[in-house]
Amino acid sequence: MALTGQREAGRMPGGQPLVRSPLLILSGIVKQFPGCLANDHVDLAIMPGEIHALLGENGAGKSTLVKIIYGVQQPDAGEIVWQGTSTVIGSPSMARNLGIGMVFQHFSLFEALTVAENIALGINDKKLRKDLTARIVEVSGAYGLPLDPHRAVHDLSVGERQRIEIVRCLLQKPKLLIMDEPTSVLTPQEVEKLFATLRRLAAEGCAILYISHKLDEIRALCEKATIMRLGRVVAECDPRQESAKRLAEMMIGTSLKAPVHGRQADEGAATRLSVRNLNIKSDQQFGTDLKGISFEVKAGEILGIGGIAGNGQNELMAALSGETLAEEPGTISLDGVAVGKLGPDGRRASGGCFVPEERNGHGAVRDMTLAENALLSGYRRRGLVQIGVIDDSRTTTFAGEVIRGFDVRTTGPKAEARSLSGGNLQKFIVGREILQKPALLVVAQPTWGVDAGAASAIHQALLDLAAQGAAIVIISQDLDEIMSIADRIAVIAGGRLSPAMPVASATVEEIGRLMGGIPITAGAEASDAA
Amino acid sequence: MRLEIVPRGERSRLWAYGSPILAIALTLLTTLMIFAVLGKDPLESLRVMWIDPLTARRGISELFVKGAPIIMIAVGLSLGFRANVWNIGAEGQYVMGAIFATGVALYFYDVETFPVWVLMIPAGILGGMVWGAIPAFLKTQFNASEILTSLMLTYVANLALLYLVVGPWKDPEGYGFPQTRLLTAAASSPHLIPGTRIHLGVVAAVIIVILGWFLLSKSLLGFKLKVAGQAPRAAAYAGFSTKSLTWLSLLVGGGLSGLAGMFEVAGPIGQLTPALPTGYGFTAIIVAFLGRLHPVGVFFGGLVLALSYLGGEKAQIALGLPAAVTKINQGILLFYLLGCDLLIRYRLRVVPSKRRAA
Repeated sequence: MALTGQREAGRMPGGQPLVRSPLLILSGIVKQFPGCLANDHVDLAIMPGEIHALLGENGAGKSTLVKIIYGVQQPDAGEIVWQGTSTVIGSPSMARNLGIGMVFQHFSLFEALTVAENIALGINDKKLRKDLTARIVEVSGAYGLPLDPHRAVHDLSVGERQRIEIVRCLLQKPKLLIMDEPTSVLTPQEVEKLFATLRRLAAEGCAILYISHKLDEIRALCEKATIMRLGRVVAECDPRQESAKRLAEMMIGTSLKAPVHGRQADEGAATRLSVRNLNIKSDQQFGTDLKGISFEVKAGEILGIGGIAGNGQNELMAALSGETLAEEPGTISLDGVAVGKLGPDGRRASGGCFVPEERNGHGAVRDMTLAENALLSGYRRRGLVQIGVIDDSRTTTFAGEVIRGFDVRTTGPKAEARSLSGGNLQKFIVGREILQKPALLVVAQPTWGVDAGAASAIHQALLDLAAQGAAIVIISQDLDEIMSIADRIAVIAGGRLSPAMPVASATVEEIGRLMGGIPITAGAEASDAA
Repeated sequence: MRLEIVPRGERSRLWAYGSPILAIALTLLTTLMIFAVLGKDPLESLRVMWIDPLTARRGISELFVKGAPIIMIAVGLSLGFRANVWNIGAEGQYVMGAIFATGVALYFYDVETFPVWVLMIPAGILGGMVWGAIPAFLKTQFNASEILTSLMLTYVANLALLYLVVGPWKDPEGYGFPQTRLLTAAASSPHLIPGTRIHLGVVAAVIIVILGWFLLSKSLLGFKLKVAGQAPRAAAYAGFSTKSLTWLSLLVGGGLSGLAGMFEVAGPIGQLTPALPTGYGFTAIIVAFLGRLHPVGVFFGGLVLALSYLGGEKAQIALGLPAAVTKINQGILLFYLLGCDLLIRYRLRVVPSKRRAA
């Protein structure tokens, strides 16, 4: 649909004949990590010009597989055949020389440098660096990826930053482009533009390996899908022929359990959290300042805060948890108590509990046991410390309660947090906060990197907590998540929060506009101030 | 064939404790080689350095007398190191404690009936704390690296010591030697076991080890220190203030170093002299790591390093080796220890030349 009516750019890469023999064949790829078989005899074939989806839950082995293709990691066994020749891809630069490009989920850009400088840094070939600016303009124009080579990266939106990474790959005329979760950071409108670019590239013969767990996108974009689960290929199909439900079932192996959302918003419920005109200057160089944020959450209500990463979510989370203090005590009040000038401990004493976005090193300490991690945030509300001395038995009991109550797969309270998978650790952290019976729970990215089973358990636990009368704020980039469990949604963009609206009446288009609505990110203003 | 360093999934408990032992073994092996190169009989030298000090008359009690200040300082340092507060200036805090304590002793020089040493204890602690408070203030107020400030303050403390012993506090009957009067009996740390030099400071060191263990393993404060060191963001999330932990670490480290200094002047040395700083504050850094930043480990690590001091002295007398032999030993030990600690998180794997069987 995106290509209709558009003129073909007519740039066949290297004038290659379109033979229908596979561009890349992987056979029997095995990769073992300590305690985890990431790839278990994986076979995969990619044809030239094909948009091929690699689908699977977090931890299914997708990332490991593409890192092997891109030469970041070496397989323990198996063979890679590139254009009919058995090949060892020893490093990413070898992969690039073969014609394999990759756009990572997390960009590797220097914020203080310009677009052209960033691209020059990624190019080893001296010849390519000549006339770079002109070529950036040419390539980005030809593929519908408008970029000004002279702008500094910190002024750019996330979508524009992704374009830099794509253009960097395209300049090397790839035969295979690997995209790792490219849309997780984009607005719906930006996603459409990206898809148009990818379709055009494919039409010119460049194969695309598209990694995602977003089923609708894969059904809209890809003509072939390889589905992985627990390190193995479990199915191959044409995603256009399958329903999203069927794809999800193949991916997780069981039927999806929809969260129970049978609650009625209680108009007369008391306001538990109230934030009035919250302004915070970010202490990070390229952080986002919060500007005039106001909202309220009633007892038993779930407010979802959507938005693209880096628009002030981290700053808002820190302001709500007390890691950053507000200017006035009354800016934030919890059950009528002004807590703006209280730190995390004081806010917990007032009834707040918090689940930060980052599990490792923020919500939990990796090298400490689960019991110690239970103590970390639970010592105040669960009375685990008496006159400065830790009550070991109560701490262990509390950790055990969390483990049992939230089905955390582990050997027990003495296990180190690092030994848990991401999903299990997240269940532990969410459980730890919920079992403290909070009046207010603020959760950032409750199900990021968590498998579908754990995600639905976490969602259910949040709904149950709301049903008991707690106020819940979910800060998430996953719109589907907000739509499925929140009562109201507000969107944060450029450090400002939109008014909250009922989820039932919100449309994807409206939310997308709000997400991209504020023209520049706060990075530009930060640099003006510098 | 080559060696590969492969990350382990978890920290190896075996190597957490095995690493110091391997490091000590490697240190002995290396010193053997050094002795051989120097033309000494290696085994004989080893016996002189590591066995003779223990079998000598009063050997064991001397070991504890030497070890006490090192252990005291190292317990304080390990608490701070747990919280990533790198107090490298314990030597200066030790000197300051000695100076403050001597000040009290000299002020009450004529008092014979009252135990002046009782007043010298808080004075020594205060002296060390004052010297620890300066880096703490600079760190929390201006984010100045405590590594640099505390280290540089060591030299300031040494100069202050020198000024006092050649200037205002010089012994009027000391024939011009740069030292204070000998402290009176009332200003000396009480001797506990007749026939040995075991004094109150040795008991204090043991009590401090026990208190340190309790603080670290059982108290919320110890937990805060550990979290602040392992995951600063998690500490902020939990509501543990990094600033107050920095203050606490430097005050405790400084206070214990000052106490060690007080017990040295009130105990074995008996006066303030320019020979007071013998590097205990720096040796304690090695001890802290050798003891795995754990007070009980520090206790044993302190005895090992105390032995290296005694052995170094024996080596000078019996083997005619230079005084530097002690420092060399300690340096080699720290070097191996840091190297062996790699084994806690990584394991070595021998890889045959052929990389992969197809």
